[in-house]
Amino acid sequence: MAEILSLKEAIARFVKDGSTIAMEGFTHLIPHAAGHEIIRQSRRNLHAIRMTPDMVYDQLIGAGCVSKLTFSWGGNPGVGSLHRFRDAVENNWPHQIEIEEHSHAGMAARYVAGASGLPFGVLRGYVGTDLVDQTSSIKTISCPFTNEELTAVPAINPDVSIIHAQRADREGNVQIWGLLGVQRESVLAAKASIVTVEEIVDKLTPVSGGVVIPSWVVSAVCLVSNGAHPSYASGYSERDNSFYKSWDDIAKDRESFVEWVKNHILGTTDFDSFSRSVGISALV
Amino acid sequence: MILSADQSAFRLWCKPMAIASTSASTSANQISTDDLMIVNAARVLGTLAAAGNAACFVGIGLPSTAANLARHLYSPEPVLIYESGCIGSKPTRLPLSIGDGELADTSDSVVSVPEIFSYWLQAGRIDVGFLGGAQLDKFGNINSTVIGSYEKPKTRLPGAGGAPEIAATAGQVIVIMRQTKRAFVDRCDFRTSFGFGDGPGHRERLGLRGGGPKIVITDLGVLEPDPQTCELVQTQMHLGVTAEQCVENTGWKLRIAENVITTEAVTDREVNALRELQSAT
Repeated sequence: MAEILSLKEAIARFVKDGSTIAMEGFTHLIPHAAGHEIIRQSRRNLHAIRMTPDMVYDQLIGAGCVSKLTFSWGGNPGVGSLHRFRDAVENNWPHQIEIEEHSHAGMAARYVAGASGLPFGVLRGYVGTDLVDQTSSIKTISCPFTNEELTAVPAINPDVSIIHAQRADREGNVQIWGLLGVQRESVLAAKASIVTVEEIVDKLTPVSGGVVIPSWVVSAVCLVSNGAHPSYASGYSERDNSFYKSWDDIAKDRESFVEWVKNHILGTTDFDSFSRSVGISALV
Repeated sequence: MILSADQSAFRLWCKPMAIASTSASTSANQISTDDLMIVNAARVLGTLAAAGNAACFVGIGLPSTAANLARHLYSPEPVLIYESGCIGSKPTRLPLSIGDGELADTSDSVVSVPEIFSYWLQAGRIDVGFLGGAQLDKFGNINSTVIGSYEKPKTRLPGAGGAPEIAATAGQVIVIMRQTKRAFVDRCDFRTSFGFGDGPGHRERLGLRGGGPKIVITDLGVLEPDPQTCELVQTQMHLGVTAEQCVENTGWKLRIAENVITTEAVTDREVNALRELQSAT
């Protein structure tokens, strides 16, 4: 059964120094508030996994929380570079990070394998690319039935997966709709999971295209309204594209980034106070 | 995210340049090189959709704009598929990211990310993939990973996203990129997405199921692979562009096709539809 916890308590309990964490949300439902809380609690040496390490991991990397990154696309969608990620890879700032690089198809197969209790996922992928030479977790395997050569990638089983979702009931059953990304797979692949939600309701009513993750596979549910911002939760908010654009300037140089983290994350107590600090309204 | 086919991350890399209007259009609108690329890509999609090859895997930036323009200009419309899980999207405005709510809200079907890559792309249901990158080589291989060495990159780019499997599997690949000496290179620093590899027969030897790059649309014109050598050859030039310009802006010894043609000027109908789409955004 999921416990309803404050985000602060959930991060303190489940995310430890050296943990392997996955924070997912494919543009939609990105758990930004949880990322901030990890920075506030000064977690270090995390192995951070995410298909698209966009702004949320740019912040974690720049704040020095990450020692290894596993990913498949590291940019600011529609805007440009991810400056803190680039600075870490190109210049070892704030320190060196190890990278394990995949494609989206490979990462998706890895999460599915993790959620399925299999040691690896199989796909037709990576063939002919230079990724094969750089990433040791890409191997070939031959089909026992046809002898066709295919690609194997190891399962992802994080210590903790963290996602944002639309809502939960008081028992901690979680409901998600809209772009589902790998939300379900990342939770089911993990040893523990934290889900931040827009709203906690008495009873979940069905939504077209929606899925429910039952309470008994979730560790903690935390009420954080607008906690995906500047990502969004379909039905509750819209993507704050201007915030993504403004991140480019904030993250471009080290000083302005450090200042931003100091003022708005380390200098605030929780997501509400962060929101007031950067001047975003709770709900669109 | 596309790139996945995401062009946008390379904007920093590619200097935007506006050329004087070379269009026959009587519109007061100035036609930029971006417009030329978008309109020509939309035309290709329109032709493919008319031939029944309508399912198009789209990335953000120029590909998404071109695909949406094609939807407004042609019937049958191409079917727009975004790697965020949106199948049959009909956005009224241009999305900033592949995960904009507008894409999901206007789709025929929304599926999870593992599904889009396995049931749809890997299973061979995608007719056309749209790609871009920081470097393209003469055999249509694309680099969106690093400039310089992998261990000590001069520029760390976003990486693969969905691109390697799109390049391997889509029925055919359309590339949209600005033609510069820096971007059109003899050999990519990193092979993120496989075109024709080292030349003829390489795709077949690797067992890749898709058709590979069939057309490269640039700000100067169009390149297509020579059927014998697989090497990209300049087959079309936009009005006012010279063969010398194409050669100068290409990092390999570019061949100009003997029967090179001029791309059709952008029409009023095309530019008006494009402006309408852009102003709704």
